[in-house]
Amino acid sequence: MIWANQVVQGVLLGGYYALLASGLSLMFGVMRIINLAHGDLAVLGAFLVLVMTDHGVSAFVALAAVLPAMAAVGWLLQRTLLERGLRSGALVPLLTTFGLAIVIQNLLFEKFGANVRSLGPGIGTLAYDSWTITTQIYVAKLAVLIFGVAVALLLGLQLVLARTPLGRALRATAEDPDTAELVGINSRAVYAFAAAIAVATVALAGAFYGMRTTFAPYDGPSQLIFAFEAVVIGGLGSLWGTLLGGIVLGVSQNMGQQIGQQFFNNSEWFLPAGHIVFLAVLAGRLVVAEVAARGGVRTVLGQSA
Amino acid sequence: MTLLAVEHLDARHGLLQAVREVSLEVSAGGTLALVGANGAGKTTLLRAIAGAHRPAAGRIVFEGADITGVPAYRRAGMGIALVPEGRHLFSELTVEENLLVARSSGRRGQWTVDSVVEAFPMLGPLRKKRARTLSGGEQQATAIGRALMTNPKLLLLDEVSLGLAPVAVEAVYRCLRTLIEGGATILLVEQDLARAMNVASRIACMLEGRIVLEGDAGELTREQVTEAYFGLRRAGGNGGSA
Repeated sequence: MIWANQVVQGVLLGGYYALLASGLSLMFGVMRIINLAHGDLAVLGAFLVLVMTDHGVSAFVALAAVLPAMAAVGWLLQRTLLERGLRSGALVPLLTTFGLAIVIQNLLFEKFGANVRSLGPGIGTLAYDSWTITTQIYVAKLAVLIFGVAVALLLGLQLVLARTPLGRALRATAEDPDTAELVGINSRAVYAFAAAIAVATVALAGAFYGMRTTFAPYDGPSQLIFAFEAVVIGGLGSLWGTLLGGIVLGVSQNMGQQIGQQFFNNSEWFLPAGHIVFLAVLAGRLVVAEVAARGGVRTVLGQSA
Repeated sequence: MTLLAVEHLDARHGLLQAVREVSLEVSAGGTLALVGANGAGKTTLLRAIAGAHRPAAGRIVFEGADITGVPAYRRAGMGIALVPEGRHLFSELTVEENLLVARSSGRRGQWTVDSVVEAFPMLGPLRKKRARTLSGGEQQATAIGRALMTNPKLLLLDEVSLGLAPVAVEAVYRCLRTLIEGGATILLVEQDLARAMNVASRIACMLEGRIVLEGDAGELTREQVTEAYFGLRRAGGNGGSA
């Protein structure tokens, strides 16, 4: 039953990772930009909500105001910084977002100091309420809420991409921006729209992060790692893959934690377990690609025999 | 009436000057065929007119307005459509989506998904198929259909018969003839001289970035165009040493 509980908690945690990762996946899928400031934008979103809750605004009302503001930040970021970089190749946007990450971290540190904060106090009993499934499995209401929001968001994004004219324009621009322009698509506007959505979703993830636990100005990079791992495990450019990747990561971490505690009397297996599964999936992918490049399993086995 | 005027246009790829001081006019309802050897600058000229290549000097005037600085997506909205060389379909989108995506130009008219499929009956059963699974001829039909979906006033066609089976080329040209009879204005690049002279009302021949010969298709002989095509006349002027 303990193991079932770890799986349930891991799946719910995976919802948070998917929410965190969807914007990263979107920006890479559409613009081929790897946004190294992704985690820091999440933390920035959490701090913006915090500023408003400190002034007595309820956390969810604050979130409703922060999301459009962060969408505007994404739009501006694309139009002012990233768009210029894109014209000079793939490396420049990467370096730009690396620099941006450092700027965000230090501005947050300058303004808020090194103390850890939490949005937990601002959401009342939701911070600790839970449902009892069996005597040994409890699920936190907040974790279920985050998982539900993640699934709804991915479903919504998937529907927009698959069914709407805007989604068609996004997919066309992602594949070939020059040709998209020839059929009347303003590819720069499409890019800015994708960046706006991506930054708004990561701010949402950041706010949930702040409700689940504590956060501080330099927390961005660790969140970026989780987002990367979820995206890579799930496969680049697939939104459902991102959800699956998040769940695999969350379950691996929880199972690793349990294994470490139960058999090795060590309670620090949570993070390494996630990293190991991520590396195993990555290595597996490379082997599969290598085998395919050499002409399939039979050819490779035949050579070694 | 002049629909498109290109004035003293220069276009470069880095240090290479692909188009040199080109001037040409296309009148409404006319069909101008650009012929010339590989590397003569035809594709670059077409891309500059469509807005996909920024010219180094000169002007492009469409319906009396200078559009030299107008971005490509707004030119599509003004009624200029390019069928690019190599088709450039959105390979992960279905045939229908490839057509529908061109509605982004905001131009509505006689061309809809249904009327495109009517003009290219071979696309009928393929509407839900991804573009990358299509044959060359089917892809070319989709690419032309996609350009038509913007209901253009000026259609630019870059080597639409390149790499197609003869049967597919026939089908594409049958459709072009219907378009021309319907009053469309077309500027096309074509390697096949006979086909170009057959379908176009005017011919312009490019050599090393310049237009070296231009005239009504009926008044030019095949020999005149061939000479201009290979630059023989100029070589002859130098004493015929070539």
